[in-house]
Amino acid sequence: MRVSLFVTCLADQIWPSAAIGAVRVLRRVGCSVEFDDRQTCCGQPAFNTGYRAEARALARRFIEIFEAAGADAIVSPSGSCTAMVHHYSDLFEDAAWRARAKAVAERTYELSTFLVNRLGVDDVGASFAGRLTWHDACHGLRDLGLKSEPRRLLRHVRGAELVELPNAESCCGFGGTFSVKHPEISVAMLDEKVEAIEAAGVDAVVSGDASCLMQIGGRLSRRGSSVRALHLADVLASTA
Amino acid sequence: MTFEAGARAALSDAQLRGALRHATTLFAEKRRAAMATAPDWEGARDRARAIKDETLLHLDRYLDQFTGNAERAGARTHWARDDAEACEIIGRIAEQRGARTIVKSKSMATEEIHLNAALARRGIEPIETDLGEYIIQLAGETPSHIVAPAIHKTRGQIAALFAEKLGIEPSDDAAALTAAARQALRRRFAEADLGISGVNFAVAETGTILILENEGNARLTTSVPRTHIALMGIEKVIPRFADLEVFLQLLPRSGTGQVLTAYQSLLTGVKQRPDDEGPEELHIVLLDAGRSRMLAAPVTRQALACIRCGACLNACPVYRQIGGHAYGSVYAGPIGAVLTPQLIGIERSAHLPYASSLCGACRDVCPVKIDIPALLLHLRGQVIEQRAGKSRFLERLAFRCYAAVMARPRVYEWTMRLARILRIVPPLPAWTKWRDLRPLAPRSFREEWRAGLRDEGVS
Repeated sequence: MRVSLFVTCLADQIWPSAAIGAVRVLRRVGCSVEFDDRQTCCGQPAFNTGYRAEARALARRFIEIFEAAGADAIVSPSGSCTAMVHHYSDLFEDAAWRARAKAVAERTYELSTFLVNRLGVDDVGASFAGRLTWHDACHGLRDLGLKSEPRRLLRHVRGAELVELPNAESCCGFGGTFSVKHPEISVAMLDEKVEAIEAAGVDAVVSGDASCLMQIGGRLSRRGSSVRALHLADVLASTA
Repeated sequence: MTFEAGARAALSDAQLRGALRHATTLFAEKRRAAMATAPDWEGARDRARAIKDETLLHLDRYLDQFTGNAERAGARTHWARDDAEACEIIGRIAEQRGARTIVKSKSMATEEIHLNAALARRGIEPIETDLGEYIIQLAGETPSHIVAPAIHKTRGQIAALFAEKLGIEPSDDAAALTAAARQALRRRFAEADLGISGVNFAVAETGTILILENEGNARLTTSVPRTHIALMGIEKVIPRFADLEVFLQLLPRSGTGQVLTAYQSLLTGVKQRPDDEGPEELHIVLLDAGRSRMLAAPVTRQALACIRCGACLNACPVYRQIGGHAYGSVYAGPIGAVLTPQLIGIERSAHLPYASSLCGACRDVCPVKIDIPALLLHLRGQVIEQRAGKSRFLERLAFRCYAAVMARPRVYEWTMRLARILRIVPPLPAWTKWRDLRPLAPRSFREEWRAGLRDEGVS
């Protein structure tokens, strides 16, 4: 299967191991992976803050670039950015663009849903020694409905033990510009998440979005916690 | 007080946060348990929304049918374009009846039009008879939750308030506090000249209004005084009596986690014979106040499907941290953040669409499946397009630069490379005061790709 990687700007610049991991895992399960380096940002920061014109311009670029790729699937190590692509058609009045947006969205998958639902793979041959817990990133969970997929993949990682947080589905407080527009509220939400993670006695908190991981990881390290924040692809790529 | 200041005050109030955490968690647990007793929850949500959608598409027709049938049963109906008209209509009726004291049962619509203040200006004393509303009135505050107005108060605070205002012995016992309120209120029911209530549902085919409650105060309010005035938003109408079946499954379960409220009062017109129960006069005031504007587009129309259960408040992680008062609007929480800008205008409430992390928990629990995050995004778009609220000069500039850079992959790559080489860290004190900022990776993904990842393990 020919996969075109939608890297996301955040993974590209701040969490490249997630994208590198995604490439290696996809190759391990038999996909060929392409990457078009004209891609930048999907436009979500602008869209979520109300800058629809800016978001629309970036959506058009994205659609043109990934139409040209002609791959069987577009796969991203981010539930949130994948959900943004799924929202693209709402940005356009024009029927032709709406149709193009829908066609691209139909081929765009978050990594875990692609592996489990499209390829039927539960075990990607990973091994990782440690106690892990999964944080359900909001857009992946509620916009894309991914809940069992990452857990199935993590349960098949050799050496890893998956424990559930009581508040796994609660928002970590990131919310894009919300995290800096309303930092006190954002951190109050975050602390409930971080306290649950610390109480779970895990080695790492794993999630499918670099954005939540920056938020959770940034607070964990500020509190001097030894719990690491890891991307799902970081764990799935690991064979140590 | 700005939203920021209100939120900060709430976050530093340990009693408030404790009360909120306790109550919203309890509501959520009870809701889940009650949901499980419904035969087909998802089906009920879909049916309820379909009924609301159909009603809103033909609202004019259903309202005519409702008022026609209500009048035939002996009610008088009045149309109020806005808050001022509604207050004027109700105030005039009260004055004409020579009312000095008015008992009120719980109604967010009366909060919306600021009725109590308008009545007080006419020298009429409105008495809130719902326990939560009574507490709020004694404290001189406003409700902080759609169904639990005093949710932000601890039992200790209520005990102190009652000791001060009602002159009772300070007591932490909920039953003793409730008894004290009941005793104080009984007297007021007996002397009241007029009762004012809200409306949960108005049935077009029969002209019936339905009021749900747990304390019996709404039943007294609508039956003891000679005159009853009911205030309803125009979106409260439903077509058929049989439609109540689905809404009665959804509202108590979503609102208070009950399978059914203790009282359901179905009121049709006035009493026909002297021995009947009920008021001699019933006035139904139908309030627009921005609602008809929302009918124009499907995205905004959907907020009129709201049945005011408050489940989205209990589920919202922002509301759970800061409570209702910080929002600065009559309707708080997620539904308040989408209703308020549409009812009172976005210029005066431009902060509300941003009072959310867009997590979507509200949409999950909404019994009529209102897509609140989509509405928040729509309203954010309007804030930016109409330049509502504060200036946002720097934000606009930042997003223009962002879009220009992101449209040019080479510029994007070199900007980031430069930032990496020069170790430029964005000045984000709002982030770094509480959280470490993850630095840019030593090499971007695209650099790794070109440096060998592209050909790694590929023959």
